[in-house]
Amino acid sequence: MSYLKPLFKHPRLPKNKLGYTLKEYEGSLSTLCAGCGHDSISAAIVQACYEMAVEPHKVAKISGIGCSSKTPTYFLGNSHGFNSVHGRMPSVATGASMANKDMQYFGVSGDGDSASIGMGQFVHVIRRNLNMVYIVMNNGCYGLTKGQDSATADQGSKSKAGSINPFQAIDLASMAIELGASFVAQSFSGDKQQLVPLIKAAMQHKGFAFLNVISPCVTFNNNPGSTKSYDYVREHIEATSTLDFVPEMPEIKASYESGKSSRIALHDGSLIQLNKLATDWDPENRISAVNALQQARAKQEILTGLLYVNSEWKDLHGVLNTYHKPLNRLDESDLCPGEENLLSINAGYR
Amino acid sequence: MKKAINDFIVRFANVNGTGSASANFLFAKTIFRMGIPVTPKNIFPSNIQGLPTWYEVRVSEKGYLGRREGIDLMVCVNPQSMAQDVKNVKSGGYFMYDSTKKLPAEYLRDDIHYLGVPMMEMSNEAFSDPRKRQLLKNIIYVGALAKLLNMEVEAIKVLIGEQFEGKAQLIDANMKALQLGLDYAAKHFDFPLPFHLEKRDLIVDKILVDGNTACGLGAVYGGATVMAWYPITPSTSVAEAFEHYCKMFRIDPDTGEHKYAIIQAEDELAAMGMVIGASWNGARAFTATSGPGVSLMNEFLGLAYFAEVPAVLVDVQRAGPSTGMPTRTQQPDLLLAAYASHGDTKHVLLLPASPKECFDYTALSLDLAERLQTPIMVMTDLDLGMNDHISEPFHWEDGRQYDRGKVLSAEELEHVGKFGRYLDVDGDGIPYRTYPGTHPTKGAFFTRGTSKDEYAAYTEDGAAYKRNMDRLLKKWDTAKSLVPKAQLYQEKTNQK
Ligand SMILES: Cc1ncc(C[n+]2csc(CCOP(=O)(O)OP(=O)(O)O)c2C)c(N)n1
Ligand code: SF4
Ligand SMILES: [Mg+2]
Repeated sequence: MSYLKPLFKHPRLPKNKLGYTLKEYEGSLSTLCAGCGHDSISAAIVQACYEMAVEPHKVAKISGIGCSSKTPTYFLGNSHGFNSVHGRMPSVATGASMANKDMQYFGVSGDGDSASIGMGQFVHVIRRNLNMVYIVMNNGCYGLTKGQDSATADQGSKSKAGSINPFQAIDLASMAIELGASFVAQSFSGDKQQLVPLIKAAMQHKGFAFLNVISPCVTFNNNPGSTKSYDYVREHIEATSTLDFVPEMPEIKASYESGKSSRIALHDGSLIQLNKLATDWDPENRISAVNALQQARAKQEILTGLLYVNSEWKDLHGVLNTYHKPLNRLDESDLCPGEENLLSINAGYR
Repeated sequence: MKKAINDFIVRFANVNGTGSASANFLFAKTIFRMGIPVTPKNIFPSNIQGLPTWYEVRVSEKGYLGRREGIDLMVCVNPQSMAQDVKNVKSGGYFMYDSTKKLPAEYLRDDIHYLGVPMMEMSNEAFSDPRKRQLLKNIIYVGALAKLLNMEVEAIKVLIGEQFEGKAQLIDANMKALQLGLDYAAKHFDFPLPFHLEKRDLIVDKILVDGNTACGLGAVYGGATVMAWYPITPSTSVAEAFEHYCKMFRIDPDTGEHKYAIIQAEDELAAMGMVIGASWNGARAFTATSGPGVSLMNEFLGLAYFAEVPAVLVDVQRAGPSTGMPTRTQQPDLLLAAYASHGDTKHVLLLPASPKECFDYTALSLDLAERLQTPIMVMTDLDLGMNDHISEPFHWEDGRQYDRGKVLSAEELEHVGKFGRYLDVDGDGIPYRTYPGTHPTKGAFFTRGTSKDEYAAYTEDGAAYKRNMDRLLKKWDTAKSLVPKAQLYQEKTNQK
């Protein structure tokens, strides 16, 4: 249901470092079904951006098509948004990033949007290590077209109409690690405590940060027998770790502590403080991360939390060695070689 | 055969990948340097090595540079296509071939003249390196042609010097091969042939260049910073030219940083998506493709049209339908491009007729796309794009400012009341836009392919939909006043 939000602001709402309240990071009221997991993810994004004190206009939200892709309307109302076409958010985000490297890009997609029609673009944006946060709101079905199985639906999962999915599921998180994503995490829309710090760390990561968030569709895929229902996910969830995100604290040296607790330094000196729960898992080792996922899958568990991070790899701007000023800020004097050069070019063609 | 000055056709029959291209170009360019209108065409298969290719040079003092029937002189160094090549010579015409091997009897016609030059044998005698033997064989026939057609030898030598500047050994070898050809023809044939060249001054300051180079260069001058593309004949060299000139002019000498970003996309859909994303975010961006790519870009073109995002596409057309004849020219994309995507879409197309116009229109398309906030397609074709054409020289008015269109700055946003992304403030159908990141609290809006009202809010209200569609039509009318006037070329003799 859509209606106007009250404009009234409580004078004593807490403010962040920039002087903004949480309200300033909200969007218009959601038109998704009550209880839809996607709304909880939107709320987590709002919370993360508020806590990180990002300037709302320095964020751009880009999405494809689907219920999930509609959510950018419902968070960060002071940011530009682009609801593009089905499965093509990655290319639009790539172009946007090329134009202005100084902004934070949030890509929002669904499992249909990324794992089916948009698989090609999903794969390639990972390869290029585009500096963005890429969130898949994964409900194992096509919500907006009324509940058909998607390619992330588990084999054997039962739909609301009672049919059993006969096909293998695409595991987007393993795939992302495999393809060279430099930050991969998995979470659950119902676990805000885990989701918010993950989003914060993802935002701070310079490179491609992928969040596969299980996000139940209450209307079409929340029935008994579905492996993407609230109940099923709650029962089968297993976290790699609990974590906290610590913005830039240069005085703390990044180092592994003995035992279960460790810290991972991101490129700008901020830290991910991890309290490991999973054994034999090292988030800076690809093989170990993939192993942990495979083992969880074999046990029919959904492994959540940070899975893999690498802050060494160059992002696409680094690879292309683009100018330090955003390209959209360059003018004739930077870009146009002028008539004199053209005269010698002409001479070369005579 | 009738005597003809500066009016004939020479066709070269070669094997793809044997280094004939530069020898043939040397031939055409020399004629150009002699001040005589000339048009060379590559006729090549969709193949990398081994299949026959042809290079056809029409010389026309009157400046008729389209192709015509009838080959006056065939230079055949490809046994594979010889049967066909012999047949194609005009009655009374000439057939030059490599006489190292005897010409099979079935290729003998009694209505044409044969010019046997033992090119391979001469080359083998003169040069020891096998690769050089192969390449310089081609220069030997250029030498023979120079004698037979009255080419200016000094002009050839200057060109060889330019081509191999700093490589003295190569220059010497080329000069030697040229001389071998000249001497052989002088000794064995009557020269010049009845049709031949005479120096003129008809080129003046014109240039000889292909359209794709001109498009790539035009994009550099027009301020494109983002280019995304997917390889496809015949458009690939647009991207290559853009990159070439970016490397020349857009690399910061101090830091080595690039004032451009070129991405070879995973497909044409992604290429167009990147262009749209970059343009939405305030950079000038373009892509280049051909028919199959335009087919794939349809959905995105509709989005850019309806969401009103600038985009520039250079469509170097080739023969369709489907994969069609990928290396042959045609202009089959006009309707596809004009109405690309579903629904009531209409697109602005610019149709250049020369490399100069390729340059001008590509630069202009970047202005128009931003002014009109819509896709602009520059429609060229394989012939214009990949063949060298005589063209007016490129020109750039220093001090020319890019037309960035209606974009509100942070200060301007302070003064507008309520910002309406799709409000027709000026009555020309073109609304105002903002770049992401402009102002902390004003001017943000949601871009979407769905129907929306003047304030960019989603709506399915019939009246709002109609207002929007009507405004887009008004914008279309505004576009008519901004595009270059069509030019009609007509034979003077046909006029009353
Ligand atoms: C080219 C194209 N094909 C089909 C559709 C119809 N369509 C809209 S949303 C959607 C599926 C969305 O599924 P998902 O990405 O999982 O999002 P969800 O609604 O589940 O959040 C489809 C098939 C479309 N919009 N465009
Ligand atoms: S249909 Fe499903 S995914 Fe879409 S809004 Fe409703 S609950 Fe959410
Ligand atoms: Mg879905």
